[in-house]
Amino acid sequence: MANITRSPWLLHYDGSSCNGCDIEVLACLTPVYDAERLGVMNTGDPMQADIFLITGGINEQNRPTVKQLYDQMPSPKVVVAVGVCACTGGIFKECYNILGGADTTIPVDIYVPGCAARPEAIIDGIVKAVALFQKRSDDYKAKVKEKKKAGK
Amino acid sequence: MEQINIPEDVLEKTEVSDLLKRALELKKAGFRFSQAHASYIDEKFELSYSFSNYDNYGLHTLRIVIDPETEVPSITEIIPAAVFYENEMKELYGVKISMISVDYNNRLYRIRQETPMGPKKTGGEE
Amino acid sequence: MGNRSVIPFGPQHPVLPEPIHIDLVVEDEKVVEAVPSIGFIHRGLESLAGKRDFNQLVYVAERTCGICSFQHGMGYCEAVEHIFGVEVPKRAKYLRTIWAELARMHSHLLWLGLLADGFGYENLFYQCWRIRERILDLHELTAGGRLIFSVNKVGGVLKDIPEDKLKEILRTLDEVDDELRVIRSVFFEDRSVISRLKGVGVLTKEQVNELGAVGPFARASGVRVDMRTLGYAAYPELSFAPIVSNDGDSYARCFIRMMELFQSIKLIREAIGKIPAEKELEVPIKGNPDGEYFMRVEQPRGEAFYYVKGSGKPFLERMRIRTPTFANIPALCEMLKNADLADVGLLVLTIDPCISCTER
Repeated sequence: MANITRSPWLLHYDGSSCNGCDIEVLACLTPVYDAERLGVMNTGDPMQADIFLITGGINEQNRPTVKQLYDQMPSPKVVVAVGVCACTGGIFKECYNILGGADTTIPVDIYVPGCAARPEAIIDGIVKAVALFQKRSDDYKAKVKEKKKAGK
Repeated sequence: MEQINIPEDVLEKTEVSDLLKRALELKKAGFRFSQAHASYIDEKFELSYSFSNYDNYGLHTLRIVIDPETEVPSITEIIPAAVFYENEMKELYGVKISMISVDYNNRLYRIRQETPMGPKKTGGEE
Repeated sequence: MGNRSVIPFGPQHPVLPEPIHIDLVVEDEKVVEAVPSIGFIHRGLESLAGKRDFNQLVYVAERTCGICSFQHGMGYCEAVEHIFGVEVPKRAKYLRTIWAELARMHSHLLWLGLLADGFGYENLFYQCWRIRERILDLHELTAGGRLIFSVNKVGGVLKDIPEDKLKEILRTLDEVDDELRVIRSVFFEDRSVISRLKGVGVLTKEQVNELGAVGPFARASGVRVDMRTLGYAAYPELSFAPIVSNDGDSYARCFIRMMELFQSIKLIREAIGKIPAEKELEVPIKGNPDGEYFMRVEQPRGEAFYYVKGSGKPFLERMRIRTPTFANIPALCEMLKNADLADVGLLVLTIDPCISCTER
């Protein structure tokens, strides 16, 4: 991740997690781990967010909410599934109300393992997401440029 | 420790027809409502209504064993705090509870499957 | 009579780390009615009782909630131990007490931080969470995990805390004690904090009893109740009295939780002073649970119920967890009536909502 020109904003939504990964995501943003030094910022507004951190599995009721949050985010965007529940459904996979991991509803780019995911792992996931976001926005820019050229 | 409370838990078996009467009596005796839950064991519902007395930490549980088809009156008229517990019993187990003060009509948790923890419906999905 | 309108609150909201949805019926700026709808995190955890045996269920119980994880595991284990009729070795009881109080401290610090964020003190929020990391470091030092550390088992605990680590806990707690005193003065004496919390969201003792609220929320309204006096774990041997306030407002709830932090420090110090030097950490469990038991433990958020019923098979017939927030929601709705719309976020915070507990 050499040339980072963008500073992406994070959106965090708790799917059906047990809270463990949730507060670890918050702990990442507080002084001891301080993920904000990597140039990211936490926001509550999906319309301004670039990276979507999702914790916990998908159930019947939060499925439309997750889908809507994802759709509201502007492209390009990156999705990070934090914790084993968001990756596969985890310990709750066999429960009647769990459909599975976050990838049953939205496309996931980066999977962060752990129950609860440790802050170090989450920061690693964020770093990867920042790099991927940079790559995607570069690609997007190149595409736009090409289109303009072809248009002329 | 200023005082250790090790009360005897009471488990009282009662009938559907006596439920409201007993709940009212317990409430008047200074007990407050703690929780209610259903279990589905051997094709019968076991409903437990727990009341606790916060002066001596006593726990008094009313237990009703009924067939799945039996209708149970709601205690929300006497104890408004029981709303969520009764809605939960109704939605997850399919206990037939009538006259809940705020009835969510099986939309409290909005789950995909009907009565996932109660008797299996024949011909339904899954 | 002003204009009535309905304002949805949640599920994704800046003051909430977790999703809960409340429909607020407002008349001008006043809330007239609050209708909660829950279920965003409903997983159906209790149904796993038919798919996992009673030993494996400890890990499921611990994942009811990531914040009070240890106490969920402990409550479930104590319930099963009661059915077996076994007595856990004394050292294991003391270890459970130490871990439970550490968990209470980290939960209360988390809440104080969120409250500070709720009334706009971002720096205070960071300070609370910085201190909280010290407690999490102690979790990691003694058990290996930060939040969910699975040291409970039916019949005892899996790990011992050796003498040098106990000393390390005492040393850290001394420092935490000093740091907490600085923060306490802000929460208790700052003019803006007082004007934001004093007299907001008052509930009387009668209302609390009627609506069945529990924990620090009930104690703030003068209900003298704390399940730790039931004498589970090592609490009967420690000097302890519930902290009660009679004001019933948001400030009293903040006061109770702040004072409980110091109480927990005191309890841990006392427990470390009295812990017996035993080798045994668990009693052997033979057979399968047969019978039923209601277990009540005091969690950071209040009284939690565990009902376990077994019938001599490895798989339990029923495991029921009634968590404190579930009991506090009717009282929350009552409290929101007549509140200012601007206070709603703060009032929801004052019950210390734990939604993943509530919906399981």
